[in-house]
Amino acid sequence: MGIDESFRGLRLLDQLAFGETAVHRLDPRAKVLVTLIYVVTVISFGKYDLSALIPFFIFPAVMISVGKLPAGFVTRKILLLSPFVLMVGIFNPIFDRETLVRIGPIGISGGWISCTSIVVRTMLTLGAALILVGVTGLPAICSALEKMGMPRVLAVQILFLYRYLFVLAEESGRVSKAREMRSFGRRGLGMQTFSSLVGHLLLRTWQRAERVHMAMLARGFNGEFHTRKEFDFGLRDLLFLFGWTALFISLRFWNLSQFLGDLLTGIFS
Amino acid sequence: MHMADALLSPAVGGTMWAVSAGMIAYSSAKIRTGLDEKKVPLMGVLGAFLFAAQMINFTIPATGSSGHLGGGLLLAILLGPHAAFLTIASVLIVQAMFFADGGLLALGCNIFNMGFVTAYLVYPLVYRKILGRDPNQGRMALAIMVSAIVGLQLGPFGVVLETHFSGISELPFKTFLLLMQPIHLPIGIVEGLVTLAVVSFVYKARPEILQAALDAHPIGLHPVRNVLLSFLAAAIVTGGIVSWYASENPDGLEWAIARVTGKDDLQEPGKGVYSMMAAIQQSTAFLPDYSFRKTASGERPEIIKQNPASGKVGTSISGILGALITLVIVFVTGFVLRRRPAT
Repeated sequence: MGIDESFRGLRLLDQLAFGETAVHRLDPRAKVLVTLIYVVTVISFGKYDLSALIPFFIFPAVMISVGKLPAGFVTRKILLLSPFVLMVGIFNPIFDRETLVRIGPIGISGGWISCTSIVVRTMLTLGAALILVGVTGLPAICSALEKMGMPRVLAVQILFLYRYLFVLAEESGRVSKAREMRSFGRRGLGMQTFSSLVGHLLLRTWQRAERVHMAMLARGFNGEFHTRKEFDFGLRDLLFLFGWTALFISLRFWNLSQFLGDLLTGIFS
Repeated sequence: MHMADALLSPAVGGTMWAVSAGMIAYSSAKIRTGLDEKKVPLMGVLGAFLFAAQMINFTIPATGSSGHLGGGLLLAILLGPHAAFLTIASVLIVQAMFFADGGLLALGCNIFNMGFVTAYLVYPLVYRKILGRDPNQGRMALAIMVSAIVGLQLGPFGVVLETHFSGISELPFKTFLLLMQPIHLPIGIVEGLVTLAVVSFVYKARPEILQAALDAHPIGLHPVRNVLLSFLAAAIVTGGIVSWYASENPDGLEWAIARVTGKDDLQEPGKGVYSMMAAIQQSTAFLPDYSFRKTASGERPEIIKQNPASGKVGTSISGILGALITLVIVFVTGFVLRRRPAT
């Protein structure tokens, strides 16, 4: 992934949080909690569970639609599966060859089922994280986590990082492009140029941090960050939290796919 | 190398979350009480710097492929353990949310594998020990190289352990280990070389930065020992609680299902073919003696006879069918909600 592309993705995801929909207006704590419950529920399935995982696509689908997130962008991001997970997952069919399911002459081994299950889990869990950011925004997630007990120092740290991420990513993008334009093909892309490039970037960053700190002190910074919106946990948030939680728990215990499939095969046979 | 949600079990993920949360609380307290406040914006901006630096690639000599800086060790050298740990944690949190690296539950594992290992194991026990009391350039070079290699062996080892104990992957422990550790040897060497080059650059330009980092955290046994002891305590407590629950009922949710459906032992992954077959059948079956499926299996004798455990084919076909229907329903729901006028 090139600098430009990953940076553009970052920008877009950041902009999405400024939406004004019903999910955007919810208390960030409710959204963080629902996302965590969702991820834990998805993870808690056994490794051969596949059909029971499918109904869980309802959460990303509803959130993307109601939150008016660009479905194509989120799907693309999720489908860019981590190569590490794929590498580990692809070993399941190799080590687990016992046939578990037979459809006519075709036997499907347990390994392929658990491998597919890993892929589906990846899509569900990573999608949940991206959607959380898209409908909430990092600053709001941060203040929600802080209200839920995350240390203030880490909250301030994440907000700082986030504020300067865009500044520095732009800077490193410029630097990197300038280097590429001056190095036809290979020369100049090696470690030596890289280290002095990054070294300079580091020193400039360091000086910037010192200036930033002085400027903040001059404006009376006392360790407190103020966010744009103040939230209070209302009935709407409570309904959101309990509604989704109830759905996740019932889908955890009750295999909807199997039920629908049984219903259909029952009707046609 | 990010650990991923998809390979984790709730028990392992939860334990690592608890451990990492404990470490974050510890290092936050250390920073609030001990350090000069000037470091707070510095940490934030350096975290952003790490992102920016990771976006710049370089070609690795003799291979032609390209790599980028990991940077955990660099932060530890510049900031000292506590500040570096928090900075690495914040970087991983933002990565998990914006770049879909790993996932939210795997954050605990990732903060441990990269943050804790680098800042609280490698930095005090390897880097500072080799650097000694009067550091010079040669010692520093050696310290950085060894630390980078050790760090990039321990981190992946953590990934292997976490994956193994989660039991989602079928990779045998030894095979996975033999796969991961050698791959990370050259990665560690490259990371060491790059870190060394950047640190020497900083040392030439502004030696006081490195000197300040060395002075701020004099080597004493106490901080390291405290950290290790508190970590050990956290691990024992959380591990103990989790494994107690685990032994009591294989998985809280599984146990609950067993109660709901009136069956015990829904799944015993990896204990022979029969139990696996039973597992998949039971886990995909909605109410075992469901009348629809009986009809289905009765009507398809040619498929059924291949299978010793009767009724499974009916469930698998209807499972696949049902999954497709569910997906369609999900899409339609999304579509309908999207077309709804703005609220």
